[in-house]
Amino acid sequence: MVQFTLPKNSTIRTGKTWPKPEGKNVRKFQIYRWNPDDGKNPQVDTYFVDMDTCGPMILDALIKIKNEIDPTLTFRRSCREGICGSCAMNIDGINTLACIYGLDEVKGDVKIYPLPHMPVIKDLIPDLTHFYAQHASIMPWLETKTNRPAKEWRQSIEDREKLDGLYECVMCASCSTSCPSYWWNGDKYLGPAALLHAYRWIIDSRDEATGERLDDLEDPFKLYRCHTIMNCAKTCPKGLNPAKAIAEIKKMMVERVV
Amino acid sequence: MRYITDRKRAVGKGASGTGTAHHWAMQVSSVGLALMIPAWLYVFGSALGGSQEEVVATFGRPFPAILTALVLVVGMKHFASGAQMMIEDYVQGSARKLAVILVTCLAWAIAATGLFALARMAL
Repeated sequence: MVQFTLPKNSTIRTGKTWPKPEGKNVRKFQIYRWNPDDGKNPQVDTYFVDMDTCGPMILDALIKIKNEIDPTLTFRRSCREGICGSCAMNIDGINTLACIYGLDEVKGDVKIYPLPHMPVIKDLIPDLTHFYAQHASIMPWLETKTNRPAKEWRQSIEDREKLDGLYECVMCASCSTSCPSYWWNGDKYLGPAALLHAYRWIIDSRDEATGERLDDLEDPFKLYRCHTIMNCAKTCPKGLNPAKAIAEIKKMMVERVV
Repeated sequence: MRYITDRKRAVGKGASGTGTAHHWAMQVSSVGLALMIPAWLYVFGSALGGSQEEVVATFGRPFPAILTALVLVVGMKHFASGAQMMIEDYVQGSARKLAVILVTCLAWAIAATGLFALARMAL
């Protein structure tokens, strides 16, 4: 829902500045902090990290801060190689994965916020409950009506290639949370990630629920809130293009009626 | 606070079964306007600065009159549909419905006024 001003208890304040370590190669990190238990407004804390003893990625710096400076800093992480999608956050104004975003890609101070326009659970952890429920609503599995074959559902090499650029999505939510349409109408608009997954199953040659899947998307909000802004394609840390997938769904919708 | 499941909240009232017609109508009117507007600007520009008699004579001819009528009707229909989309983006609840009604009425009022003026000149 559109809100042009933040509620008073969401206004971000200047937080704690942690001591600067000795050394020449020190970088400044400004990180969003919010703790639901202390009743205070969100704040931006300032940390200084010695780059000579830090790994090359943003996530390395975050882990170093948590281990050596402030153990209360909270963020999600798991695989450290861009596969799990856990460490998605807003880094230097871009939604991306902290584990595959290099510190050398950021000029000046490193500013880190949670994914935009999502409820925050704590610090850099957004609440993705609705995002995951929207993904589940597009039925991200193979739907078939024909009796199950004895061995496997066969697929040609050409049909399998149609899934390239779609199946790689790790559901990190970087795209959906960069989309202004999803910011304004995220309660009803499915968003780029869920729609990319919807298209992945619509064009799967083995799936037999194409019509039902398109029926479920035939809605001014679920699908047609996409105005081809393309933030999703620009921000995707995996280099995918959800906007193209959405455009393909729209083309299929038109083909059904014209 | 409502105790409903996340899945129920995500699905909401389900798909309305509409949207493609609106999308296709916008595509068609976009193409139509892309073709008509340059020609209409040429006609309008050639009449600009002329005396009242000259302007009336220009829009009294079949091609400029029909073209202007088409630009008015297609343009206002496109405007109404586009504005509805923007309103749906940014306005919520009853205000959304009211704004859509108002902008639709405004579009058709502009089209009707333009057609009336055109008829006065052409007939």
